[in-house]
Amino acid sequence: MANKEVMTVNMGPQHPSTHGVLRLVIELDGEIIEKITPHIGYLHRGVEKLSEHRTYHQTIPLTDRLDYLAPMSNNLGYVLAVEKLLGIEIPERAQTIRVIMAELTRLKSHLVWIACHALDIGAMTVFIYAFREREAIMSLYEKISGARMTSNYFRVGGLSSEVYDGFEKDVREIIDTFPAHFDTYEGLLTKNTIWMQRTIGNGVISAEDAIDYGITGPALRGSGVDWDLRRDNPYSGYEKYNFTVPVGEKCDTYDRYKVRLVEMREAVKIIRQALDSLKPGPILADDPQVCYPPKENVYNTIEGLIHHFKIASEGFPVPEGEVYQSVEAPKGELGYYLVSDGGNKPYRMRIRPPSFCNLGAIEKMAKGAMIADLVAVIGTLDIVLGEIDR
Amino acid sequence: MAENNRAVIKLKEKYADSILEVKEFRGEVTVTVAREKILEICGFLKDSLRFNLCTDVTAVDYLGKQEPRFMAVYNLYSIPNKDRIRVKAPVPESDCAIDSVTGLWKSAIFLEREVYDLMGINFRNHPDLRRILMTDDWVGHPLRKDYPLQGPDREPYKGRLS
Repeated sequence: MANKEVMTVNMGPQHPSTHGVLRLVIELDGEIIEKITPHIGYLHRGVEKLSEHRTYHQTIPLTDRLDYLAPMSNNLGYVLAVEKLLGIEIPERAQTIRVIMAELTRLKSHLVWIACHALDIGAMTVFIYAFREREAIMSLYEKISGARMTSNYFRVGGLSSEVYDGFEKDVREIIDTFPAHFDTYEGLLTKNTIWMQRTIGNGVISAEDAIDYGITGPALRGSGVDWDLRRDNPYSGYEKYNFTVPVGEKCDTYDRYKVRLVEMREAVKIIRQALDSLKPGPILADDPQVCYPPKENVYNTIEGLIHHFKIASEGFPVPEGEVYQSVEAPKGELGYYLVSDGGNKPYRMRIRPPSFCNLGAIEKMAKGAMIADLVAVIGTLDIVLGEIDR
Repeated sequence: MAENNRAVIKLKEKYADSILEVKEFRGEVTVTVAREKILEICGFLKDSLRFNLCTDVTAVDYLGKQEPRFMAVYNLYSIPNKDRIRVKAPVPESDCAIDSVTGLWKSAIFLEREVYDLMGINFRNHPDLRRILMTDDWVGHPLRKDYPLQGPDREPYKGRLS
């Protein structure tokens, strides 16, 4: 047998296909990957530590910056966890708007995924199209919250403000165009020979292994596990909507691609149902100790101003206890584990990021693959480093 | 009620001596167990009660609040039964170590590395216990309560001057 020489190659942290500041040290035997070691932490900002020194409301903007492609999903998980600790009920209108925004966020995040994933494998057209569509959602974000990416729109107890007039019309206009766009992507990719050759049989991970490695979300469903938190442990009123959960069979990159595409179509369906059921009503829970007063009161009455000031500066006390609340974020299960000691700041906040656990499986998925296929594996995992490093 | 939880009933039958506390809060069941038994109990939960997904491993620092100082926290999920359980085990500061559950769930490889890095708890028999978010030569464990928010050797932030 010929001498085997292992070559070590460094990939990242600055590399267009690593989707952020991910560094991989790859040991190669020829072109075959023998071992792969991820190095992360380049984007560590200490969100968990910072949150221990901020009031509950002050932490919401930090959560925007975790998975910066899906800020409202992060907001949603966090406010749900705090609301669970407090034990307060959220008005129906606020819940429905949250669902609409969370599903638009899923579309937004999946559009970036399909754009970058296709670009990595060489299909540039999809990238341009998907970013064009994403722009519509970003504009809606800006109209509703004032920011294109760091939305900071949800509040403990409801929403920061009522939606603008014409919001429903705008959302309908956006989602009405989407099914045709999905057809375009499918037309460009699903039967594309190059796409199929690059993705079928790539990054295979069995259902048992995927669960073992803690993969969640569409990546797990691509491996044939029929599990979606929105359906199985519903939150924020998801039990009211009808949607199917797509499941893959072959456990490879191609199946995960198909799962995510169906998921986008289902998200559009959920948004339609939510818009149909949207009724006028309050957007904040009736709990003055926790929720901000209406803006008219803040501007026109001294009591309202004092109330606002008290919540903004001092926050609110939260009963002693611990909760774990998770949501089906676009990338998988996003969990918040909050420990309260009865004060106005979390005693400990732990974020369970989906990308972090999904990345842990890369050593399994990429082992034995060709080095050129590695970018497809990274793309199919759909990782965001802001969330991994926190 | 926590007493009716399927896992709690079985655990109480089998590991009555090792269970320190069973608590329910907002519909979530937390079982605190002795540190020595963590691997055995987690194995039982995984194999007999089908908690096949280890969603999260983390730790809480109760410096000055309770003894032992640390609490290792495992958030487990059962995909077949769609339910959760939280297992906790106290870890003293003097012997800051606990058995690794990486043999049961591979997801714990990354998760335990993070706890080791940020909280300074050692996991016995972990295959690759290195720092993960901080650099290799970092001193200290940032999520500990006695670690200053500003980082070591820096003046604490006193608010904006203007």
